[in-house]
Amino acid sequence: MRFGQHIALLAAALAVMPAAHAIEFSQLQPAKSAVSFVYKQMNVPVEGSFKRFKGELSFDPAKPEAARTMIEIELAGVDTGFAEGNDEVQGRLWFDTKNHPVARFVSTSVRPLGGNRYEVAGRMSIKGRTLEVKTPATFRQAGNSGIFEGAFVLRRADYGIGEGMWADFGTVANEVQIRFRMTAGAAAGKM
Amino acid sequence: MHATTGYTRTAIGLHWLVAVAIVGIFSLGLYMHELPLSPDKLKLYSWHKWAGVSIFLLVLLRIVWRLSHRPPAPPAGMPAWQRQAAEGVHLLLYALMLAVPISGWLMSSAKGVPTVWFGVLPLPDLLEKNKELGDLLAAVHKTLNLGMAGLVLVHAGAALKHHLIDRDEVLVRMLPLLKNP
Repeated sequence: MRFGQHIALLAAALAVMPAAHAIEFSQLQPAKSAVSFVYKQMNVPVEGSFKRFKGELSFDPAKPEAARTMIEIELAGVDTGFAEGNDEVQGRLWFDTKNHPVARFVSTSVRPLGGNRYEVAGRMSIKGRTLEVKTPATFRQAGNSGIFEGAFVLRRADYGIGEGMWADFGTVANEVQIRFRMTAGAAAGKM
Repeated sequence: MHATTGYTRTAIGLHWLVAVAIVGIFSLGLYMHELPLSPDKLKLYSWHKWAGVSIFLLVLLRIVWRLSHRPPAPPAGMPAWQRQAAEGVHLLLYALMLAVPISGWLMSSAKGVPTVWFGVLPLPDLLEKNKELGDLLAAVHKTLNLGMAGLVLVHAGAALKHHLIDRDEVLVRMLPLLKNP
């Protein structure tokens, strides 16, 4: 590539950037998003995921403090990493999906931490209990989409996930790492 | 006992240690498989895997010992076909003592539950999580185990035949307790 083309590309990129900042990302795309987790049983890390969730998200990189999100996870769609576990966690001792089919996160604040990093605080409701949680998240733009990624530790006992014979952390650890990737498309007409 | 006709103490000790361990881990495998999910079941599965890795290492030690210490010759007058059969069964047993734990490890890996020896040392996760492959390896693990159980019966039956029918030293040299004072 010749030097002149570099300059032209740079100029084009600079011309596009302010416009990119004006985009508001507000169409959460569950198909391009993922919520997974890693738990330890007998000190062995095992990966799982939530297959079904939906939600809302609005984020304007120029006004991050105004960002909001709400995520609803259908707990019957959990994959614990093994078939026997998937049946087990539907039960009363774990998620009790019959009485509490959904886990919900509603953001209360988004704080810029510098660069592309943010701290998202909100209320997590699982199995009838609501607790304040915080998670770091990074943001990046890919074409017309905004992608948020982050991870935080959830202590299952805080929500009564795994009671009775499962309450002992010796086999299944209390700390569960939750990982998320939320992809949101730009809202039409906001450019 | 002549040095050339007997097994070393180490060979005898390793043989019985591995024999008892294999009977134990095989029984544990049969038992835990049928349990409903519980913390105890998860514990038993982990213990089974720890034991499997440990036995694998003991078997490696046995093989090194076997290759560096000549075992006693078969009794004189033993038909050639029996000699060959004994050699074949021994070779297959060694192969299965390696293949069974390896198949269990690979099955765990494919099923998405890595093996962490004594909850401390993670074994490399050689396979990506894959349900079909996991189920296939479970069938392989089971088949190899049943094959090994059959061979162990042949092996023990042959030893008893040597002792009770042929009345030779084959069993006694591996089980010195049986020797008449």
